[in-house]
Amino acid sequence: MSINQSGWRPTTPQAGESNGDTFTGNRALMLEEALIFEIGSTQTTGVDFGEAPSGKSRLDGLERTNTIGLPGLSEPEAVRHYTRLSRQNYAIDLGLFPLGSCTMKHNPRLNERMARLPGFADLHPLTPVDSCQGAFEVIHQLAHWLVTLTGMHSVAMSPKAGAHGELCGVLAIRAALDAKSEESRKVLLVPESAHGTNPATAAFAGFTVEDIPATEAGRVNLRALKERLGPDVAGVMITNPNTCGLFEPDMREISDAVHAAGGYVYCDGANFNAIVGRVRPGDLGIDAMHINLHKTFSTPHGGGGPGSGPVVFSEALTPYAPLPFVEKQGEQFVLVEEETAGEHHASSFGRMVAFHGQMGMFTRALTYILSHGADGLRQVAEDSVLNANYILRSMEDVLDAPFAKSGPCMHEAIFSDKGLPEGISTIDIAKGLIDEGFHPMTVYFPLVVHGAMLVEPTETESKATLDQFIGAFRSVAARARNGDPTVKTAPHHAPRRRLDETLAARKPVLVWKEPIRAEAAE
Amino acid sequence: MRYLPLTQTDREAMLGVIGAKSVDDLFVDVPEAARLDGPVHGLPNHASELAVERHMSALARKNLAAGDVPFFLGAGAYRHHVPASVDHIIQRGEFLTAYTPYQPEIAQGTLQVMFEFQTQVARLLGCDVANASMYDGSTACWEAIVMARRVTRRGKAILSGGLHPHYVSVANTMAKFTGDQLVTALPTLSPEPDTLDLINQIDDATSCVVVQYPDILGRIEDMSALAEACHAKKALLIAVVTEPVALGAIRSPGEMGADIVVGEGQSLGVGLQFGGPYVGLFACSEKLVRQMPGRLCGETVDAEGKRGFVLTLSTREQHIRREKATSNICTSSVLCALAMSAHMTLLGEMGLRQLAEINHVSASAAADRLAEVDGVELVTDRFFNEFTIRLSKEARPVVRALADKGILAGVSLGRLYPDAPELANGLIVAVTETTTEEDVETLASALEEALA
Repeated sequence: MSINQSGWRPTTPQAGESNGDTFTGNRALMLEEALIFEIGSTQTTGVDFGEAPSGKSRLDGLERTNTIGLPGLSEPEAVRHYTRLSRQNYAIDLGLFPLGSCTMKHNPRLNERMARLPGFADLHPLTPVDSCQGAFEVIHQLAHWLVTLTGMHSVAMSPKAGAHGELCGVLAIRAALDAKSEESRKVLLVPESAHGTNPATAAFAGFTVEDIPATEAGRVNLRALKERLGPDVAGVMITNPNTCGLFEPDMREISDAVHAAGGYVYCDGANFNAIVGRVRPGDLGIDAMHINLHKTFSTPHGGGGPGSGPVVFSEALTPYAPLPFVEKQGEQFVLVEEETAGEHHASSFGRMVAFHGQMGMFTRALTYILSHGADGLRQVAEDSVLNANYILRSMEDVLDAPFAKSGPCMHEAIFSDKGLPEGISTIDIAKGLIDEGFHPMTVYFPLVVHGAMLVEPTETESKATLDQFIGAFRSVAARARNGDPTVKTAPHHAPRRRLDETLAARKPVLVWKEPIRAEAAE
Repeated sequence: MRYLPLTQTDREAMLGVIGAKSVDDLFVDVPEAARLDGPVHGLPNHASELAVERHMSALARKNLAAGDVPFFLGAGAYRHHVPASVDHIIQRGEFLTAYTPYQPEIAQGTLQVMFEFQTQVARLLGCDVANASMYDGSTACWEAIVMARRVTRRGKAILSGGLHPHYVSVANTMAKFTGDQLVTALPTLSPEPDTLDLINQIDDATSCVVVQYPDILGRIEDMSALAEACHAKKALLIAVVTEPVALGAIRSPGEMGADIVVGEGQSLGVGLQFGGPYVGLFACSEKLVRQMPGRLCGETVDAEGKRGFVLTLSTREQHIRREKATSNICTSSVLCALAMSAHMTLLGEMGLRQLAEINHVSASAAADRLAEVDGVELVTDRFFNEFTIRLSKEARPVVRALADKGILAGVSLGRLYPDAPELANGLIVAVTETTTEEDVETLASALEEALA
């Protein structure tokens, strides 16, 4: 047999050799799948081409002479490879995906069908503007919904993801301050409950980051915030509803204080789904907020991306928003780019991405928004909050819920590992849930809660599903409290048992290399 | 409402468990003044699937889809035939509707795909390692410049005139805020890129030189000498690839000494999509891996010794290092990376080489045909599937006039460089396996008429 470069056995079925409790290592419908590098060959292809037309070569000495090393599979092999792999994934199509702060809800297939219409999918970003008016209209309609739902003044559509949207927002803040010759304002205040992207973004954009502590009730410490405001502060980056799943009741007061001190308010809008249709962030004094289309408006996240992060702006920051912009001039949609920027956009901070942003996500989000309408989106917020509170109240007697006494939560409920026996922790509960057929909640985030478990059911879960999840969650929690040793070794029924993440980080193996023959290695 | 499963009875029962009289009680923390008492004004209510489909289809019909007309646009986004099974694969619900693989035991599908993608990309670009994708080529390019600053502790980046102007624009935007010094130039309508100029500008303050390959005008050049010149001054060479199909035919940047290779992977598997979502490629040499931004998947073992995959080296990332992270990137483009990876797997080495060959000879034949037109001069003589021609008049209005006739003729340099009149007559023409000889003939005749 062969071993790979790190010395452990590959799972490629080896003839005549037992692999676990079956000959192949497979378990009925649970099939092991080797890497394409182990099963493919550079001589195999799954694509047929016609004859190459005749023409001369103009590569002139730059022809590739070496082998790339790209294995191919025939079409049936390829379809089977990826189908087998797909079955080793948990997904929202399979069941509840209660990742707090991430928001994983039903992904309607109508969105997919609409995004694949050739008029959208087969459209080049530099196509002459007269031949893509419908695409601009999609952007314009979606922008209108986002501005109206948030009560803001304008929206920049091009940011590629939530964190890219954060960057867009803080760059607009920087540009606005620079326009007022307030270069000395270099500090962004970031509450410690913020997403890790917030401080990273602020630093990436050249700001200095200072933490603002949280109160015992899981909110921003208003007094500490006010005390820190001053002539060196550019503004605050805040998440509302925050990462403890709570609404910041002092939001308006925070905004007013920051504005009075000459700063701007950035809001991380990752949790907008909790308040959409019920609260307009513009009414809370926010100057910039990104909206994760893949969260609030259900564009599928595909195993970790793509995302899409349009940013809504207050009137104060609108002149600094990035280009390009789609605008309606008479009956015509135009693309406002650097060279066409009129007075309205003259102070724009510039371009932050090659083309127009995530058009494929815009069509999906608009489809979803039109399906729900204004009434449906309000119901989305209500049901997501109702579902989260239902879980909070159904679990608080078996798991520590640090903010349960502070009142209702928003769209996500937070628990902690406090009270669990020594040696049993949050990760064990998570892995126990895997065996029960559920994707675990978000673990160890936010950092302000020790051993945090952040549960976000979303509005697309039925009461029956929630009841089943609560039953499983209570059972795992009870076993953990009773010191059941099997909790420590879960999952037992997943495609893999617990994976050694320390080994992966200590000796990184990031690409596949030809295995060393075992006999040669011995 | 079809996406909301709760019934009114459910809602009442749940409120009972919670101990709230109405759902309004759950929003008590929202200040009275900020509460809306009903749906937001000015927006329509929910609509049936049929009604939404009609609305969206009507909008789609207002666009001129690339596949419906003779089509020659490139300049950073390319139209290739994507096998039907690629779209089938990415629409598998377990790929499409999964989140980031935070629980690796039940995310091995996505993780193995990421590992395979990293390996394919590293090999294609000629580097030791690659990450599991970035947002797109333009943001990957800026991240590479930042990474070069981190590695060399120098803040001056030299950008070639052959670099896509939008990529330059993104870098310029960011540099305004970060204080990086950028040296930029316009391309010249000449057969050779500006390599000598670049070499002459490298000094002890230079963190990196950024070149595109093939460049914005379609030109290709051996960058070995440039790499040597960079390394002699302890600067890094960053190569940008916006058409990865080219690497099936031409030498990889890694082979020629590039330290970081970034790119746009859209061309394989992803489709045009009016600019996004695309897939950013990022590869580098092994010794730089801990400075690399973005998500990485690594091989490991589980408690039974079976091979498995996990997200790794996350100590570089924002959720651990916060303001000290290598980048603020959290999301990547995994589904698009899957599409690209599946397309590469279907092609395999042999298929990719054939595809590249067809692209090249078709483009070469098209260049010859267009050069026969009065008023057309071929600028580039060494290229892959994209070349630049100089017209006897300004290209931008010509492109618009041809679009009115249902011919998407290419990307005019006037659109990309509105402030450079010396480039105004330039037209970038891309030819792929989807272009037919009739398409080329139609373009040639239309140009003949337009330039007469």
